[in-house]
Amino acid sequence: MTWFNRDVIGVLDFGREDFEVLFSEALNMEKYAKSRLDLLGDKVLALAFFEPSTRTRLSFETAMLRLGGRVIGFSGTEATSMTKGENLADTIRMLDAYANAIVIRHSLEGAAKFAAEIAESPVINAGDGSQNHPTQAMLDLYTIWREFKVIDDLSIGILGDLRYARVVNSLIQALSYYRVKLHLISPELLRPRQELVEFMNSRNMKYDWTDDPYGVINDLDVLYVVRIQRERFPDPMEYEKVKGAYKVTPKLIERGKPSLVILHPLPRVDEIDFAVDNMPQARYFKQASLGVPLRMALLKLVLAGDKS
Amino acid sequence: MSSKRELIISKIRDGVVIDHIPTGRALLVLRLLGISGREGFRVALVMNVESRKLGTKDIVKIEGRELTKDELNLVALVAPTATVNIIRDYEVVSKFKVAIPDVIEGLLKCKNPRCITNQQREPVRSRFRVLSREPLKLVCDYCGTIHELNDIERYFGLT
Ligand SMILES: [Zn+2]
Repeated sequence: MTWFNRDVIGVLDFGREDFEVLFSEALNMEKYAKSRLDLLGDKVLALAFFEPSTRTRLSFETAMLRLGGRVIGFSGTEATSMTKGENLADTIRMLDAYANAIVIRHSLEGAAKFAAEIAESPVINAGDGSQNHPTQAMLDLYTIWREFKVIDDLSIGILGDLRYARVVNSLIQALSYYRVKLHLISPELLRPRQELVEFMNSRNMKYDWTDDPYGVINDLDVLYVVRIQRERFPDPMEYEKVKGAYKVTPKLIERGKPSLVILHPLPRVDEIDFAVDNMPQARYFKQASLGVPLRMALLKLVLAGDKS
Repeated sequence: MSSKRELIISKIRDGVVIDHIPTGRALLVLRLLGISGREGFRVALVMNVESRKLGTKDIVKIEGRELTKDELNLVALVAPTATVNIIRDYEVVSKFKVAIPDVIEGLLKCKNPRCITNQQREPVRSRFRVLSREPLKLVCDYCGTIHELNDIERYFGLT
């Protein structure tokens, strides 16, 4: 299926072949990520960030500008004053009238899908609720593909909040198209939710779960880290206890393969020790920098089609 | 004077007979079909009658209102044993056992308070897809939350 004019709501609407098209386009876009390619000079992209997310918004904005297009929109608290109590449906109708595509970030689950049902222009989900963040998952996959040239047969550890972090859900869905071994690492309280477990089972994914990163670190090709938030713990003492145990430190990384690749969707708070930044395994800043060419590729495919 | 037996089987001219409803769920079946009794057409409820298959059962007869097969299949959510007889001119023109449809729109409410379908001010109807029938698992098409039989029974006030 072609990417042209398609909504990007969840990774499961796409498949391995779509990802391959996206990756080769992104690889091409890396050449232009710091210059300009006049592909979308006649296009306007609306950024509807009902919930703030500086990184995701800036990378979409940069991607559109690098492609010669223009950007309109709002972010965070601006959303409330701009929409003046208007409902989501009406705001989307307005943006749909102005723009060629709409990027939406919203705190409610299913908001992007709903927006896509209303808008005629393609809608791109930049994160809704705690379930979906497809462009982050595509970026994660792309980074892995860039590092290893393949995704099949890798052993991938996902460490942190597996229950509430939206990137985890989307990443695991995206990985379901590949033959990978998953090691899920989290405190008991933050184990993946039933929906995700059932999904992995239904796709016959190979996975296990542990609460001890030290037990699996030497088996990993990729360690994907997500933050554990204090608010998730009813008991602050419990949080303090697990916080240390899940912190990624040089001591943990030294026990892994030298070829290990550490990823993180960023922003990071203190779940990765700053001392790890200088280790060759740290690849999260590279991952973040690939966000622009990946989103350039996505915008190009959705707004201009597969032909270059 | 009509006998008890005649009361139960008294014929309707055009309409629907929903038979083999688990005891006590006839009113729920009507509610699920969106029938309050105030619409004007005739509705007959028979509750707690003997059934060879179920021990006891309820029966609902609705006269003068066409119901689509899709609508009637929703009955399976609360009465999986139910059978439907479509009556035209006193004759049974079709008979089927209800089966939960693949997509259920606008009927149930998603249990996830953060789901877009639970926002009062948005023009959106709930939509569920059947993930599995045995055991029953429905997934909200918007937020992905899985609903099991006990969620559905809770929704209809059965537990
Ligand atoms: Zn829902």
